[in-house]
Amino acid sequence: MDDPLVRAVNLGKEYATAGGVSFPVLNNICFQIDRGEFVAIMGHSGSGKSTLMNILGCLDTPTRGHYYLDGRDTGRLTIDELAALRNRLIGFVFQGFNLLPRITVCDNVALPLLYAGTGKAERRERAAALLEQVGLGGYAHRLPTQLSGGQQQRVAIARALINHPELILADEPTGNLDTQTSAEIMKTFQTLNRGHGITVVLVTHEADIARCTQRLIRVIDGRIADDGQTARLLGQPA
Amino acid sequence: MILGALLAEGWEAMRANRLRTFLTMLGMVIGVGAVILMLAIGQGAQLMVNESIASMGSNLFIVLSGSSTAGGLRLGSGTVPTLTLGDAQAIGELAEVSAVAPASPNTAQVVYGANNWSTMVAGTTPSMLEVRDWAIVAGQSFSESDVRSGTRVVLLGQTVVRNLFGDEDPIGKTVRIKNSPFLVLGILGAKGQSLDGRDQDDTVLLPVTTAQRQLFGNQFPGMVRFIMVKARSAEVMAGAERTLLELLRGRHRIREGQEDDFSVRNLTALAQAAASTTKAMSTMLGAIASVSLLVGGIGIMNIMLVSVTERTREIGIRMAIGARRRDILLQFLFEAMMISLVGSLIGVVLGIASAMAFSRLGETLVVVTLSSILLAFGVAAAVGVFFGFYPARKAAELRPIDALRYQ
Repeated sequence: MDDPLVRAVNLGKEYATAGGVSFPVLNNICFQIDRGEFVAIMGHSGSGKSTLMNILGCLDTPTRGHYYLDGRDTGRLTIDELAALRNRLIGFVFQGFNLLPRITVCDNVALPLLYAGTGKAERRERAAALLEQVGLGGYAHRLPTQLSGGQQQRVAIARALINHPELILADEPTGNLDTQTSAEIMKTFQTLNRGHGITVVLVTHEADIARCTQRLIRVIDGRIADDGQTARLLGQPA
Repeated sequence: MILGALLAEGWEAMRANRLRTFLTMLGMVIGVGAVILMLAIGQGAQLMVNESIASMGSNLFIVLSGSSTAGGLRLGSGTVPTLTLGDAQAIGELAEVSAVAPASPNTAQVVYGANNWSTMVAGTTPSMLEVRDWAIVAGQSFSESDVRSGTRVVLLGQTVVRNLFGDEDPIGKTVRIKNSPFLVLGILGAKGQSLDGRDQDDTVLLPVTTAQRQLFGNQFPGMVRFIMVKARSAEVMAGAERTLLELLRGRHRIREGQEDDFSVRNLTALAQAAASTTKAMSTMLGAIASVSLLVGGIGIMNIMLVSVTERTREIGIRMAIGARRRDILLQFLFEAMMISLVGSLIGVVLGIASAMAFSRLGETLVVVTLSSILLAFGVAAAVGVFFGFYPARKAAELRPIDALRYQ
C-alpha cells in the first residue's frame, strides 16, 4: 500500500510508419498519481494524451520505460494477467460510452462481474443496486440505444464502478454530451472522488472540464509540459 | 466464464442475426440429414443382403453338372447331368460335410382345383431342408423311405400355397403336376428373395426318385442337375472344397490335365462378396453425404469470421473490462457450436423423416440406427468445434487497443 497507485517511469511510445521510420508519440513521461487524487490529463488532439491514457489503462504497452500500477511492473505481466488487473483495479469510461448494444442496461453494468467469475444472482443484484444509485433504476431492462447520451454515460459509469475499482479512467467522458449533462457527469466523478475516495484520471481538451479536478497534467507533443494544481495552472474561469 | 452465461450470449448472438444464423444452420441441417438418410439406405441394403444370405443357408457349396461336349458342340454347365445320386451319397460320407442334398429342378404347371401355377419343381432328398436351413411350418417333410420308394408327396413353398390355395389349408390336399396326383405333406417356411432376386418361396420339393421316374421321364436315370453340400463349419470350407474335387474327379475317372465335367461353387464366398460390396456401397454413400457436413462446417467458419470482424469493437470493450483471451475464445467457440448443434438436431429430425418417407415410397428397406444418429451428431459437434476454433482464436488474439479503436 506504500506504492503510489500509478507510477510512470520514462515512458515512451513510438509507432512504426509504413516507410520504416518510427514516429514518436510519447517521450520520457515521468509522473506518479497517489490514491485519492483527481487528475486531468489535458492536451490538444494529437498531443499523445489518449495514448498515455491507454497505457495507464493497460490497453496498450509502452515501447520504452516502465509503468507500475499498484506497485506492479505491467511490462512483466502476461496478457491475461493484465486483463485480470483491468477487471479488478480499473473502471473505464469512454467518450463513445462503449456499451454493448445487444444486451440490456443491467447486463452491461454486470458484465465486468462475469469476467470476475461472480454468480448470476449476485451479478444482477449488484448491477440493479448500482443503477439505482446513478438514478437509472427504472431502466435496467432497456437496451442502451433506448437511453439518452447522458443516461448511457451514467450506465457506463455504473459499469466502471461495479467491481469496486481503485482507479477510474475516463477518456473525454463528456465529449458527446451537452454542457448541462456534462456538468452532471463531472459532478458524479467529483462525488466518487471525494465521497468514495476513488482515484479518477480523466483525459480532456476542455479547460472547463479540467477545472473540476485538483491536479492537471498538460501534455504537449508527447511530453509533459505542466504538472501541478489545476487552480494554479488554469486560473479562475473567465 | 460461466456456462450459463456462455449459452445465453451464444443464444443472443444467434438471435441478433436470425436470417444469417438460419442460413448457416441450413448447411448443417442438410449435412446431418443427408448423412442419416444415406446411412439408413446403406443399412437397409446391408440388412437385405444379410437376410438373403441367411436364407440361403450357411457354409454352402453347390456342385453343378459340368459342361459336356456332344458332337463337337460344347454345352454349358448343367445342361447335361453328369452328377449321380451315388456322387451325392459319396460326398455325404466326407468328414468335412455335415449334409448333402441332390436336386433336379424343372419347371412345371401345378394344378389345384380351378387354380394353376407354373413353378420350379425340384426332386431332392429330405436333407435339402437341413442344407438350406429350411423349416417346415405346417405338416411334415417327406422321409428317406419316401425317396427310396418314390412316393407321390410334395412340400409347397409359400408363394405356391398362396397362389393355389389362398386361405385354404393345403395339408392333406392333392395337387396335380403333369396330370399326376400328389399329396401335400408339408409347407416350407418363408425364405424371401435370393441374392439374385429370385423368389425362393416359389418352389415345390418332392422326392428325387419320384421326380425322375414319374414326372420328368427317364432321359438320364439316376442323374441330378446339382448337389448342394453343407460343410461342418466355415473353417473347413477350403479343405472341403479340395477333397470334394478330388473325390468327384476320382469317381468320374477324370485324368490329370483333363477338364472337369462338373464345377464346384462356394456360395458362402459369393454371398460374402455381395455383402462386402453392399458394405462398400453404403460406406461410400455415407462418405459422400459427409462431404456436405464438411461444406456446412466451412459455412460456419465463414460466418464466424464475418461475425468476429463485425464485433471487433465489442471484443475490445469486453477485453477492456477484463475478459481474458480464453473468455473471448469460448464465447465465439460456443456460438459456433450452438449453431452446429441446433442445426444438426434439426438435421437428425429431418433425416429420420426423409428416411421414413423414402421407405414408404420405394420398396427398398431403409433402416435408421441409433449409431448413425450418434455418428452424424458427433461429427457435427466436431465440425462446429473444428471450424469454430479458428475464428474464435482470431478474436481472442486481438490486441485490446486495436479492437477498441476499430470502427
